[in-house]
Amino acid sequence: MQILKSLGGALMVLLGVAALSYGATAGTLDVVKQRGAVVCAVNTGLAGFSMPDKQGNYQGLDADTCRAIAAAVFGDATKVKFVPSTAEQRFTLLQTGEVDVLTRNTTWTLLREAENGFDFAPVTYYDGQGFMVPVKSGIKSAKELNGATICVQPGTTTELNLADYFRANHLTYKPLVIEKLDEVENAYFSGRCDAYTTDRSGLAATRAAKAPNPADHVILPEIISKEPLAPAVRHGDDEWFDIVRWTVFAMIGAEEKGVTKANVDEMLKSDDPEIKRMLGVTPGMGKALHLDDKFAYNIIKQVGNYGEIFERNVGKDSALKLDRGINKLWTKGGLMYAMPFR
Amino acid sequence: MTPAGAAASPAPARTRVAPWRDERIRAIAIQVLTVALILGFAAYLAGNAAENLRRQGIATGFAFLGREASFAVSPTLIPFSPADTYARALLVGLLNTLLVASLGIVFATMLGFVVGIARLSSNWLVSRLTLAYVEVMRNTPLILQIFLWWDVLRVGAPQPRDAWHFLPHVFISNRGVVFPVPFYDPVYLWMLAALAAGAGAAYLLRLWARQRLARTGERPQTAWPGLTLVTLPPILVFIAGGAPLRLDLPQVTRFDFSGGQSITPEFAALLFALVAYSGAFIGEIVRSGIQSVSRGQSEAAQALGLSRGQTLRLVVLPQAIRVIVPPTTSEYLSLTKNSSLAVAIGFPELFSVSNTIANQTGQAIEVMVIVASTYLVISLAISLAMNLYNRWTALVER
Repeated sequence: MQILKSLGGALMVLLGVAALSYGATAGTLDVVKQRGAVVCAVNTGLAGFSMPDKQGNYQGLDADTCRAIAAAVFGDATKVKFVPSTAEQRFTLLQTGEVDVLTRNTTWTLLREAENGFDFAPVTYYDGQGFMVPVKSGIKSAKELNGATICVQPGTTTELNLADYFRANHLTYKPLVIEKLDEVENAYFSGRCDAYTTDRSGLAATRAAKAPNPADHVILPEIISKEPLAPAVRHGDDEWFDIVRWTVFAMIGAEEKGVTKANVDEMLKSDDPEIKRMLGVTPGMGKALHLDDKFAYNIIKQVGNYGEIFERNVGKDSALKLDRGINKLWTKGGLMYAMPFR
Repeated sequence: MTPAGAAASPAPARTRVAPWRDERIRAIAIQVLTVALILGFAAYLAGNAAENLRRQGIATGFAFLGREASFAVSPTLIPFSPADTYARALLVGLLNTLLVASLGIVFATMLGFVVGIARLSSNWLVSRLTLAYVEVMRNTPLILQIFLWWDVLRVGAPQPRDAWHFLPHVFISNRGVVFPVPFYDPVYLWMLAALAAGAGAAYLLRLWARQRLARTGERPQTAWPGLTLVTLPPILVFIAGGAPLRLDLPQVTRFDFSGGQSITPEFAALLFALVAYSGAFIGEIVRSGIQSVSRGQSEAAQALGLSRGQTLRLVVLPQAIRVIVPPTTSEYLSLTKNSSLAVAIGFPELFSVSNTIANQTGQAIEVMVIVASTYLVISLAISLAMNLYNRWTALVER
């Protein structure tokens, strides 16, 4: 009898575990609301995108995108939890439901959507892959890198673009593949590799934040890939996908309409019908997303519009000093374009 | 029969026991039930995972293995280009794992025996130094040691253009050690065959010497003839084959070197760390093995006039080996599995390569199943070999 009892007990435990594993597929918005925080996977430390400051708070473009989602859902940008993740861990974190959204400088590709089960929200940074070399190597072009040892992180489109580029140009190289960003940067700065390759924003971030002397390193002119960096959510939860997508559009749309963190309260009195709809003066937009009608107002008030977020984290007000380039608004010759709020 | 069962079954049960009271039937039933529960739970988990994957639109199956890998790996033992398949990339990783594990096992065993014997040295300094070595190695994390070796090899060595150059055509830099190797020639295969034949002949010589010792009590001198039997045939074949020795010399290139054979700092760091770490553990196993042989054995050997070296070699170690082999087997297994820590410093062994593949394809479950079963097969093979050796060295009871 004792044996049967303990077997029964074990069975109950097993069933309990199984029930838990089914829970992961419930609606993400409900899960997020119940938990009281949005959980975002971010980079373990990439200056300008997501990097802890001296107080241990994550700062950067990706971190702010996560805060904007929290502002949209809760009206409170501080209701976020960041999960630092390596390039290799990030997809599993999202697939298993440990995080609600990936705001971790992730490139939008066909297979990641169609095969890995993700949906990508609008692009928050149009990037491209490049190479960084020491100035004293005298290298002026990536075509001169034949036979070089190149530091690269695994599990990234970077690793594939690198192989493609060298194959296309009939050049050879020796990869040194290290998962952790700090270690791969160390390997490059200690001279173990002749060049370091990643997205050019990442190169600028590494150079600004980690190089003993930033002027000793130069980013080569070649851009060997398109890297549209976008937030990603799990396939099949359209309600949550819409929220993340329109959070990004709200940030871009606000910049289009000249709505800023500073003037958003004045803009509530604007006569522009689209601004009225966006800020919830004319109700309906937020409700349609199952959010508060003030969702965009909260994003702009607490986090800012896209231009402000860009300049603060990676642009002229940051250490990276990256040019807006193709990340300008479409009205100024860039690619940033918000769908209409109606 | 448990006392409880006996007490609960009164007299009628003696003649005809009800099936649920029968000890044997009950034991079998419980085992069948347990196995069924475990299998059922495993099937349920697998079904659950498959269902979740399907619901999230994640592709499953092993078809990805035949697709083009599109990433490069370096260093490799067999040629590999980004145009090769994922399956071949896994093979490249597996070969790198086997290389580092087999070299690691050989060197760790050698180091372990030296450490174990030195620990028992009557020389105070030697035994204390080895004690300190063992304690430091055993009580610090292996990953830390790997990073330490890597930092030393990478930061301690000069840039390729200032490479240390003590011997002709040998360069030591932070890209590793580059040295000349001969280009392949068919004569080398014949040399290998000659070596095998010589070793066989030496073994026969040893058998003959043993028999003679047993029959007449004379110990024939076999050291020099044996060594000659092993080394001379390959040399003769080499000369007869026209002494083909065209060397692949390392050339200085714009970045580092081309040609020759190179050992990267990552490989060296991993190997050093594994050998130093496992060597400490094996050292303790060897020490315990030696101490398990009763003192009377060495005293008797010395009374017979054997030297200290002979005592160790002919009397103590053959008995100690029976105690040493089983725990050493698990040490070999950990060494092999620990080689997967190379992922941290970028040496492309099985785990490192499979990580990349899992991420590029998104087929994490499939890749992990492949990797786990590969490590399982390697471990089982090592266990099997060591168990056979153990049986061979075990005491034959008469």
